[in-house]
Amino acid sequence: MVNILLSIALGIIVISFILVIVRFMLGDTVVDRVVALDVLTVSSIGLIVMLAHFFGRVIYIDVSIVYGILSFIGVIVIAKFLAKSL
Amino acid sequence: MEYLEIIGAIVTLIGAMFILFAGIGLLRMPDIYNRIQAGTKASTLGSMLTLLGIGLIHPDWLLKIVLLIIFILISNPVSSHVLGRAAHFIKVPLSSRTAVDKLAEDEDRVTQSK
Amino acid sequence: MMYSLIIIVMSLIMLVMAFMAIHHKNLQVAVIASGIISLFASVIYIFLAAPDVAITEASIGSALTVVIFFYVLNKIRQSDDTK
Repeated sequence: MVNILLSIALGIIVISFILVIVRFMLGDTVVDRVVALDVLTVSSIGLIVMLAHFFGRVIYIDVSIVYGILSFIGVIVIAKFLAKSL
Repeated sequence: MEYLEIIGAIVTLIGAMFILFAGIGLLRMPDIYNRIQAGTKASTLGSMLTLLGIGLIHPDWLLKIVLLIIFILISNPVSSHVLGRAAHFIKVPLSSRTAVDKLAEDEDRVTQSK
Repeated sequence: MMYSLIIIVMSLIMLVMAFMAIHHKNLQVAVIASGIISLFASVIYIFLAAPDVAITEASIGSALTVVIFFYVLNKIRQSDDTK
């Protein structure tokens, strides 16, 4: 029961990846693409923690912690580059 | 104990639905500012609910997951605010149905008073 | 079966992003596309049960490379402005 519900959630997140990638390919300005990168990062944190349940190993959560911290720095640097204040 | 696992699975499913709503909003909204609002807010709530559901299924992982939830809750609105300000700075055009733009009015008032 | 399907979808997304990173006119979009390639590579490493490689790929490929590329683009823009 639990594994069936979590498998449906995994499929829904992969469908959302495809929608965000379509916005990345269509997007007309750079800021659109940076927002797409941000949404991809946050939803892949959810995906990695869900995989930690499926494989049963707690070390995968450490991967998502590192990922969250470093991608936040990346988005801030890109935004300050666009605002000409880096 | 079994009830806690099923509640956690349902919370995780609701979080995945919110991430799907973020994707649809990012695809359908007409304007960059609407896209920032729809995408970032919905994906923050969806990711937090997903993490909370996994934490309800495995209660011994709850410390790291609460740490991750607090970090997402602090960092993601900050990055969305900085992106919106950068988009307004490089003058990305607004949608044709925008009613009011307070930041542009303030900047006009500052430049006129100088 | 389901894991193989998810890995195939992510590999196709990586292929599209690599094509976009090579052939796009705007340089900033190409750098962001290479960052997305590293993101999906990290998730695929997790599917293959290698979390240490995934941490290294996420920290170097997706964060540090993008930050250094934008720092260099900023330097190039400043030297173009002063001319």
